[in-house]
Amino acid sequence: MDSEAGREEAALLNRLRTRLADFEKDRANLLSILRMIQETFSYIPEEAIYMAADHLDLAPSEVYGVATFYNQFKFNPPGKYPIKVCLGTACHVKGGDIILENFERKLDIREGETTPDRDFSLERVACVGCCALAPVALVGEAVHGHMAPSKVEGLFTRIQVEKEMAEREKRRHESAR
Amino acid sequence: MSPPDKRSRSAAYLALQETALQEQEEHAETGGPVIHIGLATCGIAAGALETRHAFEQVLAERKIPARIHPVGCLGHCYAEPVVIIDHPDSGFPPIFYHEVTPGKAKMLARLFLEEGDPRFEHVYGAMKPNDLIPSVMEFSRFSREHRVVMEKCGRIDPGDLNEYIAEGGYRALDAVLRMDPGQVIETVTASGLRGRGGAGFPTGLKWERARTAFGDKLVICNADEGDPGAYMDRAIIESDPHQVLEGLAICAHAAGAGEGGIYIRSEYPLAVRIITRAVEQARQAGLLGKNILGSGIDLEVTVFQGSGAFVCGEETGLIQSMEGRRGMPRHRPPYPVSRGFQGRPTVINNVKTLAYLPLILQRGAEWFRSLGTEHSPGTAVFSVVGDVVHPGLVEIPMGVTLRTLIFDICGGIPKHKGFKAVQIGGPSGGCLPESFLDIPIDFDSLTEAGAMMGSGGLVVMDEATCVVNVSRYFLDFTQKESCGKCTFCRIGARHLLDILTRITCGNGRDGDLEQLERLSRDIKQGSLCGLGRTAPNPILTSLAYFREEYETHVQDGRCPGMMCRPLTAFYIDLEKCARGCDACATCCPTDAVFTTSTRKKGIDLDTCVKCGECVTACPPEYDAVRRVSPAHLAPVVERPAEPVESAADKPENREAP
Ligand SMILES: Cc1cc2nc3c(=O)[nH]c(=O)nc-3n(C[C@H](O)[C@H](O)[C@H](O)COP(=O)(O)O)c2cc1C
Ligand code: FES
Repeated sequence: MDSEAGREEAALLNRLRTRLADFEKDRANLLSILRMIQETFSYIPEEAIYMAADHLDLAPSEVYGVATFYNQFKFNPPGKYPIKVCLGTACHVKGGDIILENFERKLDIREGETTPDRDFSLERVACVGCCALAPVALVGEAVHGHMAPSKVEGLFTRIQVEKEMAEREKRRHESAR
Repeated sequence: MSPPDKRSRSAAYLALQETALQEQEEHAETGGPVIHIGLATCGIAAGALETRHAFEQVLAERKIPARIHPVGCLGHCYAEPVVIIDHPDSGFPPIFYHEVTPGKAKMLARLFLEEGDPRFEHVYGAMKPNDLIPSVMEFSRFSREHRVVMEKCGRIDPGDLNEYIAEGGYRALDAVLRMDPGQVIETVTASGLRGRGGAGFPTGLKWERARTAFGDKLVICNADEGDPGAYMDRAIIESDPHQVLEGLAICAHAAGAGEGGIYIRSEYPLAVRIITRAVEQARQAGLLGKNILGSGIDLEVTVFQGSGAFVCGEETGLIQSMEGRRGMPRHRPPYPVSRGFQGRPTVINNVKTLAYLPLILQRGAEWFRSLGTEHSPGTAVFSVVGDVVHPGLVEIPMGVTLRTLIFDICGGIPKHKGFKAVQIGGPSGGCLPESFLDIPIDFDSLTEAGAMMGSGGLVVMDEATCVVNVSRYFLDFTQKESCGKCTFCRIGARHLLDILTRITCGNGRDGDLEQLERLSRDIKQGSLCGLGRTAPNPILTSLAYFREEYETHVQDGRCPGMMCRPLTAFYIDLEKCARGCDACATCCPTDAVFTTSTRKKGIDLDTCVKCGECVTACPPEYDAVRRVSPAHLAPVVERPAEPVESAADKPENREAP
């Protein structure tokens, strides 16, 4: 982990304590708390589990047990561009697994992993509700329908272009200041 | 609809209605064209936001006095992004345009809105019968449907409470609040409404039990929709959230509950935002919260986000999850209506069940009974996906046959392929062959056939689908989603999956099919909740109706649907391959396509991942890529030791860009 990300995380953990205080000490709030943690960090860091357990007077193992039960909660930091490939029924029938394999090959990671530079993460999801556009992949919250192996290439080119544009924008801002 | 009778409305409701009607009138007076854009998740996925942006831009640039009206989902997913343009001054009726890209949007704004030319070549149909343009009602996709719960979907702005009220919304609640709960339950019982969450439990009976239970009661709308291929609940919430809230409030009054909840999947971020906003709007308008519509009755509603577990759609699992535990179902009885969330009597109803209520209470039980069949009154909503020409959401009266639904309404199988099977009810449902196409769709007939209504997910499969592979897919899903409480479900499902995986990889053994059957039956018996009890359904039905397909997998290592990748191989028909064409080679993601010494193409079977991209890429006039099963039937073409320069690489052969 580079130090910038580390510092950022430490600051977030500090802030988490105050945000936890907003939740009543009621076990029924556990899932809401976990969701809040995930929204803050984009994943659930180990320290946060201890803090949540402490707040609700539960054993950390209990909190971990609940968190791991639900597919939504991640225990690894996601990439800057989280890629989700739909493997719902319609997408499966139309070859969603082939799309997933293409991403795996292209990124050289397996489903559930993040690239070493933390740019991309890859996971499978079950139906995002756009079955008529199957097979479907998501980059962040943006849905891409009618995927094909060649469109995987296109997506990366697009992301690359966007990235470069954002960087140019950033540099322009910095030089303007 | 009954004529508005002022005396039967409360003062609070009349005030709301007046504001709503006033707003509607103001819009009508301003006149000018209205552009309705479908902005539910499916529309957005197809690019509806870009389309809206294009309209906004061109309207501003050219100062066209038109109004953009965001609406929800019309259910015509195959046509997204969908735009309906209502331009009264042009003399044309409202027109339905499909696949409206930003470019098309700008063109329509200029030519139709400014010059009055509707561009006939882009028109899908008119929304009203008229003499100028064929009406969409001439297409069976529109005329055979019977919209009841989805009546307002795609017509109103889900973010605007006034539009819902102007359409008669919350009128039923207003009347119900001044009725005796027993009377409300009587009407619902008389209507014969059965729960749309899957099992079809009579809603009136459930409420009656809740009403007579003791304790501080609670009502919950089940919007977990975990079936990985159904999305009607999401579409209803995204298109018409207040109808669901009104239903929830009616249910709360009937059951005597002062607290309500909406359990919604967090995988549906837009639906979560829309329903949360709707709850807030309703509270501010006095339709929820304290002293609803001046009746003295309170109802607090909270939105609870599920966290992605299929089994949490099961009612006891849902309760566990709301209590902050692992969502493991427990034994019933006690049913949630007597002991549910934190021990309190809890009524759980599906989104659609609740959305029917305002209509039933407004139009009467008789009206509802007049739709559908005797034992399954009303309509059914299906999300039809897979190999059909017009996929999307379809609402039909119960009792319509599968054939009508698939072939007449959804346009049948594309690309002139044959029908093979249909999976109804998602992972808990069954896989039915052609001989079942004429059974009526209702709760009882489907259960009899070994499938079930379930979530209403309907996957149509053409002849190029492998039912073994699809069964394996569903089992993979249920096996992952099993909560792990019952041994049979946890370990048995895993075993089933292992056997199926073996079969689809060509390693099936004698006796595998018998073992699948025996184990399936044991899992059904040995599991506590509906997940385990229905998980083997796809296998049992496909084994019963497509046994020979399993047998060819096991005995010949052949996949007739050409879907099981380990059992198939691609090769290039050298007779048909065009010298110098590079279409397949450039698209291959693994560089498995090489140029032969005769400057044609071959496929290196060791590097080929069988993605099928070359089949799509090969120009139809050559159509040279072939797929065979079993894999060893593919002729072997050696890759030349030295790479052969393909014809297209030579500058003189390259086409001008
Ligand atoms: C594994 C499993 C998953 C379920 N998923 C859902 C669901 O996603 N939505 C739903 O409304 N009901 C679901 N149910 C059914 C619920 O347990 C319950 O019967 C239903 O919400 C009751 O509502 P109704 O009476 O309106 O049908 C599921 C049941 C099982 C066994
Ligand atoms: S199956 Fe992929 S979006 Fe529904």
